Amino acid sequence: MALQAIAFYLLAVATVVAGLLVVSARNPVHSVLFLITAFFSAAGLFVLLGAEFLAMLLIVVYVGAVAVLFLFVVMMLDVDFAELRQGFAQYLPIGGLVAGFLTLEMIFVAATVATNGAAGKSAVPMASAPGVPNTEMIGRVLYTDYIFFFQLAGLVLLVAMIGAIVLTLRHKPGVKRQDIGKQIARTPKTGMELVQIKPGEGISE
Amino acid sequence: MANMSPLLWFGITLGQIALVMIWILLSLAFLLLADRKIWAGVQMRKGPNVVGPFGLLQSFADFLKFVLKEIVIPSGADKVVFILAPLLSFVLAFVGWAVVPLAPGWVVANLNVGILYLLAMSSLGVYGIIMGGWASNSKYPFLGALRSAAQMVSYEVSIGLIIITVILLAGTMNLTSIVEQQSGWIWNWNVFGGGLRNLILAPVMIIAMGMFYISALAETNRPPFDLPEAESELVAGYQVEYSSTPYLLFMIGEYSNIVLMCAMISVLFFGGWNPGFPTPFLNGLPPTAVSIFGFLVFFAKIIFWFFMFAMAKAIVPRYRYDQLMRLGWKVFLPMSLVLVALVAGWRVFGIQA
Repeated sequence: MALQAIAFYLLAVATVVAGLLVVSARNPVHSVLFLITAFFSAAGLFVLLGAEFLAMLLIVVYVGAVAVLFLFVVMMLDVDFAELRQGFAQYLPIGGLVAGFLTLEMIFVAATVATNGAAGKSAVPMASAPGVPNTEMIGRVLYTDYIFFFQLAGLVLLVAMIGAIVLTLRHKPGVKRQDIGKQIARTPKTGMELVQIKPGEGISE
Repeated sequence: MANMSPLLWFGITLGQIALVMIWILLSLAFLLLADRKIWAGVQMRKGPNVVGPFGLLQSFADFLKFVLKEIVIPSGADKVVFILAPLLSFVLAFVGWAVVPLAPGWVVANLNVGILYLLAMSSLGVYGIIMGGWASNSKYPFLGALRSAAQMVSYEVSIGLIIITVILLAGTMNLTSIVEQQSGWIWNWNVFGGGLRNLILAPVMIIAMGMFYISALAETNRPPFDLPEAESELVAGYQVEYSSTPYLLFMIGEYSNIVLMCAMISVLFFGGWNPGFPTPFLNGLPPTAVSIFGFLVFFAKIIFWFFMFAMAKAIVPRYRYDQLMRLGWKVFLPMSLVLVALVAGWRVFGIQA
């Protein structure tokens, strides 16, 4: 499959290069744009693996929503990169340590895959039945076998959402808000008053 | 298809893509004119009527004018991003068409996750606008871009949930099978619940269709939700600094997105290429003739929905920004959640097939 190989190498190179540029770009907005490129190429790799549902999810959730918020924040904040780079030497040991660990992990994973095949011996993934799209397979596993964990994860997210709303929502007194129900409920009777004015006196409250 | 040599497959796919693109671009030229004519008609004007008979060639004249003008890049603009933004919005507006089934057997890529692909591509459209607004290095485009990003992200949520109702009804995310399931009489269309036994879902799906239409207006930044480019407030929003071909690309992208949304409504709710009655008279005909018939039906539906988009532009006054957000988050999101719950409940506890 020459076409697949070409597609794989194109996407893989794009992912790696974009990833490098995320950390090396001078302009933070460019960094986010490269991050989006990396996400997008990763989604392409998922498609090549036959996991089209995950690929689309990656694009919808990360590229379509999360990265937009990143971009939003980075554009609004006006980050000064010269200032950020001042602590470079100070954080280098810790950062280097983390990077080293991650690289080691990646090498181990790659070595395992190279020697034992993608699945390894211990954890054999569910073989997808022929003719059943992998969306359906994921659905069966997620909503049948792991429904409890799924609901639990949903609950955690709900608590986080309520927490965020409780922390940020405050109604200032004295701010006029539009109440559409109130506006619609207004009738000539409640909205209008007829006053008899005597000549020369004007209107008093 | 499987035993075709890769090179041949590559060539055939490229040819199909080119055909679809030419069709879209040509239709866009006339739909754009139709948009202006409908708008003019509502305001009792004549609209463009100088170039060609009835002004039919107006779009081509506009095109030439755009292409021949100078591209102005503002000083202080981020040049690469500034040029990339319109290209991105143009490309993203067209890639979505890859999965749209135009007629029986006429689809560039018959994906299993076609609906999700469409949703993903339409959610990417926001990048062209944000990048354009930011790279212009000016306040008006930036404000327009921010507004647009917030608006598109908000309405994607309700569009996604409404699409879930259709997925629940159809039981598949493949657009071709969704259309095939809606064949036969008009009550098999998803807008009426997809089949007589689901007719009880008709009110639910009609509401879903209406909400999808309104969300599509917001998603494509069309009036009455054209706040990103509200002329009276932001001059032209994110595209203030654009001229010539980049502006043209933005505009084509915008209109292609609108037509894509029309196609999506037709496919998801109104049976795609199915005319709404059984077609036994097509049985003896060659497959190409059947496909052409289906394509014409589908095209007619797209044009109908484009007419509805144009009428909304002509009739409805622009929303205020807080009203737009209120509608998206406080009305459409809960309502579409309820619709999903209703459809899911019917699918589980209702009459089984």
